[in-house]
Amino acid sequence: MNIGHSLLIVAVTAISTLATRATPFILFSGKKRRVPNFIIYLSNLLPPAVMAILVVYALKELSFSSLEGYFPSLCAVGVTVVLHLIKRNTLLSIFGGVTVNMILVQHFHL
Amino acid sequence: MGYSVLGLAFGLLIQKAGYNWIWALFSSLFVYAGSMQFVLVSLLINQVPLATVVVTTLLVNSRHLFYGLSFIEKFKGLDKRRYYMIFSLTDETYALLTTLSNRGYKENEDDLMLAIAFLNQLYWITGSTLGAVLGSFVPFNTDGIEFAMAALFVVIVVEQFLANVNRKSTLIGFVCAITALMIFGPNQFLIAALGAVVIILLLLKPILGEKR
Repeated sequence: MNIGHSLLIVAVTAISTLATRATPFILFSGKKRRVPNFIIYLSNLLPPAVMAILVVYALKELSFSSLEGYFPSLCAVGVTVVLHLIKRNTLLSIFGGVTVNMILVQHFHL
Repeated sequence: MGYSVLGLAFGLLIQKAGYNWIWALFSSLFVYAGSMQFVLVSLLINQVPLATVVVTTLLVNSRHLFYGLSFIEKFKGLDKRRYYMIFSLTDETYALLTTLSNRGYKENEDDLMLAIAFLNQLYWITGSTLGAVLGSFVPFNTDGIEFAMAALFVVIVVEQFLANVNRKSTLIGFVCAITALMIFGPNQFLIAALGAVVIILLLLKPILGEKR
């Protein structure tokens, strides 16, 4: 780990995050400036698509060449989804998924 | 409070990636963005170039454009304090503020909004710092705990799906991500997938934009 570069990554993430939050206030707080159509469109449709991408991103290290490479994660995803459909409690779903994943990763060497 | 538990998970993850509680504390103090901080851990692990950090952050946080739009008028009465409100407008805070305005609080609304935003960040900072400290001396094996990030995003997608929010858009996201992953591999695909999604959504605007 490179401390200088890591600091820059955190700083740049902070500045970029602030930029996304401040943009609407800077651009559209004038008296009668209308928000362009495509911005409204993107701010509605982009977030769900980005979340789907982030799911894949979080699971990008899956490897289908061995059972160990994908079985624990896919089971954990299944548990998370099912738990959430039944209980609809965010923390419980996350906790359940993580627990299953940890057990499978640590104890079942397939 | 759910926020501090998620913060705890973030703290454990960043600690596991080799960054101590000071990193957790400062990330939560200055970045302060739930999902993005989980992505941040992985950006740190991969030591990605800064351009990737910028593009990833802007797109992952694109929903904040939408959050801000609904509060331009509300924050006007807050004068200087509104800068903090803008900085701290996370998913949780946005959700709470929205229920607040639906309930029609009028008196002290400004102070209440500020208190909500501030307490939320306090919970988040406490949770993440504590997570990192605990992570440095947990007696048990934490292998597999990285799944917390995936689980969080899976829950959000399920939640969006149940709420019937633009399911087509979710589908487009999955298709772009998996295609990009197959073409570019795990370390390069994120930017490609995010870019592709923006382009495809803009191209499909005549079709998908109709309903709104």
